[in-house]
Amino acid sequence: MYFNRRELLLGGAAAGGVLISGCHSAGSTWLVLTEEQARTLTALCDQIIPADDWPSASQAGVLTFIDRQLTGPYRRHRKAYRQGIESTAKLAQSRFNTELAKCSPAQQFEIAQALEHQNPAFFALVRNHTMQGYYGSPRHGGNKDGVSYRMLGLDFPLLRGRAQYDLTAGPK
Amino acid sequence: MKHVNAVIVGAGAAGGIVAKELATAGLSVVLFERGPWYTAHDCRKDDLRNQRVTVLGNAFGPEDDGNPRVLVDSKGNVREILPSEGSYNNNAACVGGGTLSYGAQAWRFMPQDFRMRSTYGAPAGSSLEDWPISYDDLEPFYDKAEHEIGVSGDVSTDPFHGLRKRDLPMPPLPPNKEMDILWPAAKRLGLHPFNVPMLRNSVPYNGRGPCMRCRWCCGYACEVDAKNGSQNTVIPIALSTGNCELRTQSVVRDILTDNRGRATGVSYIDPRGNSLEQYADIVIVSACAIESARLLLNSKSRLFPNGLGNRHDQVGRNLQGHHYTGAAGYFPFEVYDDIGPGVSVGICDYNHGTPGLHGGGMLANEFTRLPYQMTDRLPEGTPSWGLAHKQAMRQWHKRSIIIMGPTQQIPSPNARVTLDPKIRDKYGIPVARLEGNVHPHTFEIGNRQSERAAAWLKEAGAIHTSSMNWSPDTVSAGQHQAGTCRMGSDPRGSVVNRDCQLHDVDNLFVIDGSVHVTNGGFNPVLTIMAVAYYASDALVRNWKGTRFRS
Repeated sequence: MYFNRRELLLGGAAAGGVLISGCHSAGSTWLVLTEEQARTLTALCDQIIPADDWPSASQAGVLTFIDRQLTGPYRRHRKAYRQGIESTAKLAQSRFNTELAKCSPAQQFEIAQALEHQNPAFFALVRNHTMQGYYGSPRHGGNKDGVSYRMLGLDFPLLRGRAQYDLTAGPK
Repeated sequence: MKHVNAVIVGAGAAGGIVAKELATAGLSVVLFERGPWYTAHDCRKDDLRNQRVTVLGNAFGPEDDGNPRVLVDSKGNVREILPSEGSYNNNAACVGGGTLSYGAQAWRFMPQDFRMRSTYGAPAGSSLEDWPISYDDLEPFYDKAEHEIGVSGDVSTDPFHGLRKRDLPMPPLPPNKEMDILWPAAKRLGLHPFNVPMLRNSVPYNGRGPCMRCRWCCGYACEVDAKNGSQNTVIPIALSTGNCELRTQSVVRDILTDNRGRATGVSYIDPRGNSLEQYADIVIVSACAIESARLLLNSKSRLFPNGLGNRHDQVGRNLQGHHYTGAAGYFPFEVYDDIGPGVSVGICDYNHGTPGLHGGGMLANEFTRLPYQMTDRLPEGTPSWGLAHKQAMRQWHKRSIIIMGPTQQIPSPNARVTLDPKIRDKYGIPVARLEGNVHPHTFEIGNRQSERAAAWLKEAGAIHTSSMNWSPDTVSAGQHQAGTCRMGSDPRGSVVNRDCQLHDVDNLFVIDGSVHVTNGGFNPVLTIMAVAYYASDALVRNWKGTRFRS
């Protein structure tokens, strides 16, 4: 090997940084999404996992999860997100003449239901990624403070055995 | 490159054992592994990136970039598959192979599992056959695997297992809540529950400590190194002899042969991308069923235009894994305590002997589940999203039990590995193309197993059960992949003889799950290990100093 493991990881991180800055949408606080896309996606994800006594998808960091994965393993889904969010926005525009984020919760629910029928592939993608963000490992940006673990009554931080890793640290 | 006695391709369950057996017998060995050597520190407890949930990639390889396979379903649709997709039928690519991150169930096949054709007759369209070796031939080597690699459990209440000379070396782990509920329910049904054997320390063993019973088990490297694989048992022993060199991140391209048709070594690509050759007296292929077949098929020459051992078009056929079916039960009280490894109680009442069915499989409760795995395992009729889904997660996560089992597959000659004519991996080597389907009788057996799992859960108090049952239209192989270089006495219907030696090339061996004639109704790893010890024993006995004679 040319590199030891540490050098390789640092090299990877640097390359990742270039990539991230390269796709940073101008004026957006997100890595890949524009502010407008993020607003629409937030509304959609919060219908998939709404708030009750426990946080909604976006409150638990699902948007951070999806946005971050779109620079990594889900780079291949970028186009699907761009087109899917656009079709979601159009749906809201045509039915309620406003953007999804400004619709009432009942209207947002209706749009989510309509999207599930009209664009099942995109809806399934967002649904699955929302579940991953909410119920997956906190290290990927979602499941903030292990909130879904605690909601399900699972130990977090893990009491049994040892939790010697910082589970909130970023991806590899 | 220095000439050695033996080259072994693949440092997994079988390759590690063969390396240890040959190195301790005094042979010089080079052990190739295409992946790196991970340790307990690579556990990472990542719910979305491990070897079981791979939505963000495989934790222990192969990587998604540059390692595709091609899948052909039974309708003839052709699709390129990424390693992190389920239909890739991945195992792992690292030192230890699947044994680094497996669930570690340590089953012996039953005596009938080696005599499936004589017990049942072959269903139409199948290639059901007997093994050329019996349970009794393997018993001493099962015993050796249980003691050298390390197995805990207690099968004394299972009346169906074959004769065994010794008990398991370690007692079972203390019961979890599921076991307390399922054991008496099984007894009430007249079944014979027992403690599932596991390649996992329940007490300190082999210089390592016991299981700490965490949630992140099957699919992860064990954080406290209590799970026993080849990477923390036999491979370190092989290396400590001084006779074995392990070359990681080295990909074997093909097996070299001379003009007399004998293997002379392998060509491989080192971690820097250089193409090199390693010469040896004997070559042992232990790359797992799909990759072993691919390597033989890719080793073409003037004498072997269709690949090595493939004179009768047998290499790559009879690909099989297990058809997993079962049921989920939903209870009005808490039944799940989240204590690893999860699998605790099993039954073998349904492995054999059901009129009209060619076999069956064991049934046992499932591994500890992570919340994301539960999102698609809620009772039938639960909406897949929205408030109702979230509430159902809270309601059922700790009030459900899954019982599943590996239905023994009826092998089919059309379920096979070939080489894709177009697609190549990042090294330019033609990739595996998986085609065919599971023999349909397997689905009938699977349906019955699913009903039985549901009945067990109902007896245990489930108010509702969902059957987990499907009939995929593709091959099934996965981590349990087997069968592609079948062991047999007839060269027209098999690839290797009973000592795992190729019929066509006497200094070339395939030692891994590929040689399984049938794959039992059990997780196959202990059988892969036993066959590796058995074949190594024959190989060392037949080794005549500087070269190998059969």
